[in-house]
Amino acid sequence: MSIEVRIPTILRTYTGGEKAVEGDGATLSELIADLESRHPGLRARLIDDKGLRRFVNVYLNDEDVRFLGGLETEVADGDNITVLPAVAGGADTPVSG
Amino acid sequence: MIDRTTYAAIVAHARRDHPDEACGVVAGPAGSDRPERLVPMLNAARSPTFYEFDSHDLLALYRDMDERDEEPVVVYHSHTATEAYPSRTDIALAQEPNAHYVLVSTRDPQVEEFRSFRIVDGTVSEEEVQVVAALHEAPQPSTRSTPR
Repeated sequence: MSIEVRIPTILRTYTGGEKAVEGDGATLSELIADLESRHPGLRARLIDDKGLRRFVNVYLNDEDVRFLGGLETEVADGDNITVLPAVAGGADTPVSG
Repeated sequence: MIDRTTYAAIVAHARRDHPDEACGVVAGPAGSDRPERLVPMLNAARSPTFYEFDSHDLLALYRDMDERDEEPVVVYHSHTATEAYPSRTDIALAQEPNAHYVLVSTRDPQVEEFRSFRIVDGTVSEEEVQVVAALHEAPQPSTRSTPR
């Protein structure tokens, strides 16, 4: 038994191209640490010193973990975690013209 | 390459949401590079200078694309007061290396600005936009490199 974690295209360089990997842990934080042991570099793409990165969304089943417990969200065998990069941007600092 | 109907719908969406930025994707079969299915998204930021897909809408969109074996071929948004060129923010936040990033400017109601870019690892390369009556039925195996 384990927790399935779906990985977006941009982070598959850390998972050998795999769309989904499996991990264990009692909280999201522990799960990410477990993934890091097999997929080095992944953790830094998900969290920074302030916690979950602003433009990375992590979902436990159907819910954004920001609306749950963030990194301390409890996870259990059979749960599904989905990681999706935010689709965002905007004109606030144009670089040309 | 984009079909005329989708092109017009993206421009119309941008005009409709002006003065806020509009955003959305055009999904297509994974690996096909064919933008076939327009999905206008709500700009959760509702801002003239920022856009972000709503978090729940984003999950629903990607689940839906997964089920259809699709990927976001085009990710589009509008700039409402500046040119249709990726801003520093656009570049920093671009996280779909396979997508064509389409920018539409609505700064001039009379002028259509519709441009397309690749944004990979902070590097922007513009590509030619070809508007066609309809995408060809048989997917062409592409051996050409992306026009720059």
